[in-house]
Amino acid sequence: MVNWTKTEKATITDIFSHLDYDDIGPKALSRCLIVYPWTQRYFSGFGNLYNAAAIIGNAKVAEHGIKVLHGLDLGLKKMDNIEAAYADLSSLHSEKLHVDPDNFKLLSDCITIVLAAKLGSAFTAETQATFQKFLGAVMSALGKQYH
Amino acid sequence: MLSNKEKMLIVEIWESLTPVAEEIGADALLRMFACFPGSKTYFSHLDISRGSPHLLSHGKKIVLALAEGSKDISQLIVTLTPLQIMHAYQLRIDPTNFKLLSHCMLVALSCLMRDDFTAVAHAAMDKYLSAFAAVLAEKYR
Repeated sequence: MVNWTKTEKATITDIFSHLDYDDIGPKALSRCLIVYPWTQRYFSGFGNLYNAAAIIGNAKVAEHGIKVLHGLDLGLKKMDNIEAAYADLSSLHSEKLHVDPDNFKLLSDCITIVLAAKLGSAFTAETQATFQKFLGAVMSALGKQYH
Repeated sequence: MLSNKEKMLIVEIWESLTPVAEEIGADALLRMFACFPGSKTYFSHLDISRGSPHLLSHGKKIVLALAEGSKDISQLIVTLTPLQIMHAYQLRIDPTNFKLLSHCMLVALSCLMRDDFTAVAHAAMDKYLSAFAAVLAEKYR
């Protein structure tokens, strides 16, 4: 279980209240597929992922990016028990999707970097640390049901 | 593996950042200290608070080394020999920290360059930083 200070909770709430899911979601997922091309192995049904331009223009990637980003809402709503919040999604990723949990970090880092580009200097070192703590808790919860 | 296009992009980026080497280096370090507190253990002899001369000069050193290395990536092993020796025998920083600083450097670049830090630039830079870190750790054992 993760402990959150009042400031940390406020920071996370603030980030998500201003988050443009339709913008950040597609950018984060496409960036992951471009920067870490081996992650494309999980998206063979998505059509043309041949190069960066194709990935960025791919509607399925965009749609999925938005979906995945909204997945963070589960943790946001249940910050005091993130593990419970992701029990079902964890089983899904393990048993149905067969995603190597190491990939969670790759996407996480891309979300962070895309958000940094959006917020610029407002994405301070302290904000980054809190955001990464949140993503870390989500990643850990997502990996919990693997066996 | 870096393509020629990527190598050019990397040189371009570091050239444009050399004038603000202090700021971006210090920013990356501060981010690393905030996100990964264990990294601070290597700096117990310095003042690494925001704005401190130690932090700025250290940040500058790191960015200038990255910029220098980018000028001829195929020669990284030659260019970095003195730094390899320093890190292996004197500093002995655990190489996992190189990944942490690399990530924070990417975040710092993203905050500064915003939309100019495209996915393609990000991919190229990530590959360069990984290569740099690998060469830096080569003499460890």
